[in-house]
Amino acid sequence: MQHLVRSFGSVTAVNDVTFDVRRGETFAFLGPNGAGKTTTIKMLTTVLRPTSGTLELDGLDPVTQSTEVRKRLGVVFQDPSLDSELTAWENVDLHGVLYHVPRRVRRERGEALLRLFELWDRRNDLVKTFSGGMRRRLEIARGLLHTPKVLFLDEPTLGLDPQSRNQMWTIVKNLNATEGVTVFLTTHYMDEADRVADRIAVIDHGRIVATGSSAELKQQTGADSLEAAFLKLTGTTIRDEAFSATDQMRQFARFVRR
Amino acid sequence: MGVVYILWLRELKKYLRSRVQIVASLGAPLMYLGVLGFGLGPVFRRAGEGSYLQFMAPGVIGMTVLFTAMFSGIAMLWDRQFGFLKETLVAPVPRLQIMIGRTLGGATVAVLQGALIFAATLVAGFRPVSLLAIPVAFLVIALIAIVFAALATAIGSSLKEMQGFQMVMNFFVMPLWFLSGALYPLQGLPPALAVLTRVDPLTYGVDGVRGVMLGTSHFGVALDVGVLVAVGALFVAAGAWRFSKIEV
Ligand SMILES: Nc1ncnc2c1ncn2[C@@H]1O[C@H](COP(=O)(O)OP(=O)(O)OP(=O)(O)O)[C@@H](O)[C@H]1O
Ligand SMILES: [Mg+2]
Repeated sequence: MQHLVRSFGSVTAVNDVTFDVRRGETFAFLGPNGAGKTTTIKMLTTVLRPTSGTLELDGLDPVTQSTEVRKRLGVVFQDPSLDSELTAWENVDLHGVLYHVPRRVRRERGEALLRLFELWDRRNDLVKTFSGGMRRRLEIARGLLHTPKVLFLDEPTLGLDPQSRNQMWTIVKNLNATEGVTVFLTTHYMDEADRVADRIAVIDHGRIVATGSSAELKQQTGADSLEAAFLKLTGTTIRDEAFSATDQMRQFARFVRR
Repeated sequence: MGVVYILWLRELKKYLRSRVQIVASLGAPLMYLGVLGFGLGPVFRRAGEGSYLQFMAPGVIGMTVLFTAMFSGIAMLWDRQFGFLKETLVAPVPRLQIMIGRTLGGATVAVLQGALIFAATLVAGFRPVSLLAIPVAFLVIALIAIVFAALATAIGSSLKEMQGFQMVMNFFVMPLWFLSGALYPLQGLPPALAVLTRVDPLTYGVDGVRGVMLGTSHFGVALDVGVLVAVGALFVAAGAWRFSKIEV
């Protein structure tokens, strides 16, 4: 992607972002809250149009060739996207149909995944009766049902217990190794990023502040852990508040001008 | 095709699982049927128009179909709010198929709900001219359902918030129902009202159902069906277009 920009009214969520992800690599996109990670993922996955700039995914443009791009995608969104009025199995099955997964594969792979994430016994229960972590597990299991070319995982391990997190990264790394799936992930757990990512980009206030392998980032900043490097790159203040404070001032200024 | 089917099935499953909602949404039409049907009956008869129950039963069926179909627009806003919409929007299927599946699902639910009310009108004493009239009338009812489910999709795709839909229900759907001639005959209306009733697609729907079930209609069943098909095509196109523009 090049010079990618997306604004929401007066807020510029993604500001002139340029980077590329290599085929088959596991790429971690890190940044403080509100940095613009989810917005970037939404644009790459065709559900949001960029304000300006160009995107390319497997040689295709998500804006003009959205259906072709979607054929190559698997996405686990940061916020829930399950149908809570359907059962766990119905959610998985519906996903399989949407992604043209043959019925037999749907059944076998769906069962294997639900078993792995320990949801098989609850497969016929409505999702609205699930705990937060169970929903998250189901969401991930569903996202892994088909084999995409590029898998987007937006904070997939949010709210998951250590067992499920391990389980998930093992499966994802496995998909990456055996099927060559490119993985694009975000997380706030630096140890995860350190462990699974081949390369990392750090975004702050909608701008890329660093890219490279975990070792390179540590070296650049002279830090001894990825977490320390991250804090050096992005500072130690809490971003959401800083962001909303400037927003408020802008709004206040507009109000006064009126 | 599998995609259209599975999304259609989803709407149907959700409908069948929400028994409380089914009963609750029959409340208003049953009240109209009971209170107006029997309350205005004597006046209507004295005015030489025959049985009011016979006259208004198709109108109440039309009302049920209109409201249920429009509610599928609210379901869309729910799906947006609770995230399921995203799941369908990133899937590698043309949005048109998703939109068609959803809309047909909403329309099917509306027809089922219409069938329940039809059964209630039979209990209340409504009698169609012949048994054969019933399936034919349901074809017209299905058309009404598609027209308004498509409209609901178009509106649901254009709104971001639930409150917006509340406005649509109050300022748009209620007038559609009151202007449709569901409750009063279309002959001899004041000119302004006559014009308004003629731009309301539900007018033709109710008139068509009346034409088939009672054998008397104002515009003629052929014109009614023609208008419904044309408006339906327009609304499906509008719904597909709005749906293709959704961002989440
Ligand atoms: N639909 C929207 N309307 C208005 N502003 C938005 C919208 N979506 C995102 N933003 C703003 O864009 C900025 C970036 O948000 P984004 O969700 O991309 O952050 P993020 O990096 O994913 O953060 P987090 O780690 O908290 O998930 C934030 O300031 C946010 O308030
Ligand atoms: Mg995010």
